[in-house]
Amino acid sequence: MNLKIVVLAKQVPDTRNVGPDAMTPEGTVNRSALPAIFNPEDLNALEQALRLKDQNPGSTVIVITMGPGRAAEVIREAMYRGADGGYLLTDRAFAGADTLATSYALATAIKHVMPDADLIIGGRQAIDGDTAQVGPQVAEKLGLNQITYTEEVLSCQEGVITVKRHIDGGVETVESPLPCVLTVNGSAAPCRPRNVRRVMKFKRALCPMELPKDTTWADLPYAQDYENRPYLKLGQLTCADVDADLSQCGLAGSPTKVKNVENIVFKAKESKVLTGSDEDVNGLIQELLASHTIG
Amino acid sequence: MANNVFVYCEIEGTKVAEVSQELLTKGRKLANTLGVKLEAVAAGSGITGKVESQILPYGVDRLHIFDAEGLAPYTSRPHTAVLVNLFKQEQPQICLMGADVVGRDLGPRVSSALHSGLTADCTALEIGPHDDKKLGRHYDELLYQIRPAFGGNIVATIVNPENRPQMATVRSGVMKAEILDPDYKGEVIIQDVAKYVPETEYVTRVIERHVQASKNNLKGAPIIVAGGYGVGSREGFTQLYELAKVIHAEVGASRAAVDAGFCDHDLQIGQTGVTVRPKVYIACGISGAIQHVAGMKESGIIISINSDENAPINQIADYVINGTVEEVVPKMIKYYKQNSK
Repeated sequence: MNLKIVVLAKQVPDTRNVGPDAMTPEGTVNRSALPAIFNPEDLNALEQALRLKDQNPGSTVIVITMGPGRAAEVIREAMYRGADGGYLLTDRAFAGADTLATSYALATAIKHVMPDADLIIGGRQAIDGDTAQVGPQVAEKLGLNQITYTEEVLSCQEGVITVKRHIDGGVETVESPLPCVLTVNGSAAPCRPRNVRRVMKFKRALCPMELPKDTTWADLPYAQDYENRPYLKLGQLTCADVDADLSQCGLAGSPTKVKNVENIVFKAKESKVLTGSDEDVNGLIQELLASHTIG
Repeated sequence: MANNVFVYCEIEGTKVAEVSQELLTKGRKLANTLGVKLEAVAAGSGITGKVESQILPYGVDRLHIFDAEGLAPYTSRPHTAVLVNLFKQEQPQICLMGADVVGRDLGPRVSSALHSGLTADCTALEIGPHDDKKLGRHYDELLYQIRPAFGGNIVATIVNPENRPQMATVRSGVMKAEILDPDYKGEVIIQDVAKYVPETEYVTRVIERHVQASKNNLKGAPIIVAGGYGVGSREGFTQLYELAKVIHAEVGASRAAVDAGFCDHDLQIGQTGVTVRPKVYIACGISGAIQHVAGMKESGIIISINSDENAPINQIADYVINGTVEEVVPKMIKYYKQNSK
């Protein structure tokens, strides 16, 4: 069967390299101060989608990502690896969204772009928040079933998907009717690498908002290509394009508010400083044994 | 309306999860501060008569039991329907659940349906006032949902001023379970499941299920030897296992060590792993990101072995050994063997 699959992906600041200017005074993330990467578990999600496409020729995989203009990089990256296309969901009105407002925006975009999607697949969680909330919240907003913590899609036929998923202390195999939302664990199969031909084909793909100021497609180098190859013009959606209710978007639509943010300074203890010498280590062990701390 | 504090109790078979009991204890304290009742929700199959004694003694005033075949093993939609429909009726002001696979599957779904705020993986929960300067509104008693965020450089306090319930998930081991009164008299309400869960919600079929008891006993271990990125390799961890064996400890790890593939994921200690309170914590090559520290700071004695004398963990250590793991750990084994005879 031909499957219609939406992959939800996020461009995230690489939280492994955080500097002092990483947060704004309002307590939201200062994205411009950090290198941006494809959220790792969203790559695992993409792989599951691409495998389904491999098994079901004629299927379509599109990526939806929410973010500023530079997040279009996520769409290109997904296309290099096998996705058919994608949409950048971008609007000032989406800024400052918590997980609930994010899921509202994504669910609204899915309804607009692919209302008959069979599967919506995303990573379990993003490394800049670690909440794992957006997947289930999108599922609820769309009234769809969900399978979280996916390790592997075992089969998908006749409108039923069978999935091996991680649970506390083990694994379980579950089946659900389509359509359905999956979130994929980082321990699932890694994403296939870029395909060189696809890189050549899509490397000039752009979202409208990536065009330099006061430039149209016709002004770009290779303008001919943009006219003849529609796949080079990536989808871009604003709040108005998807008929989103402004009161449910961004900061205004977020029930959670950041009250305050503190930098952490450990309260220094009186610590005893030793070297790694035989004498010091021996002394420490004797002290711990004498006080019955160990042994 | 009652505006009580609710705790969703997670149940495996007929056993109530420890994390749920920890949250009942926390929920009791929050309810006392707010002057309201503590209510618990238990949903499963064949649980009536088996779970009450594991829930009420933590100070639960009302326990709602949902007992039906389709409610175990856990699947998303029926449990969502239980909470969403119960909450529409009961209007809780706070709802707590465990930040494990079940809670992280269920919590967001419920919050999305009720349009209420949810904060994941809180490390502390308090009640306090809040002023929204933009709206010019004052709130007397909001739930402060406190969690490390963003690479661990900050701790954020989150509030949900307008929407109810205020929802939070908390990892196992972060709070402490304490029985309030073994004979605590709470009301038990056996709910009619069909009234809350339409037949159409039973859509996921669990075909096969393997649950193993945890391979390690990190949570209850009196001594923990934990390795970080500074251990250097999977082989380096074998040294830690040797030390742990000699001094009767369990081995744990930081996220950096897990991510680097030095050891298995279930050894991870910290905000997104296990929270531990051992008598002795030996941190080997762990720099001490706030998420890690959040999971071990209440250890009795902390010994840090690190070649970087400025490692943040040294700030909270009782003993700092400036040296490499591969140099110091074998010496600890050697001198322990020598001295303990």
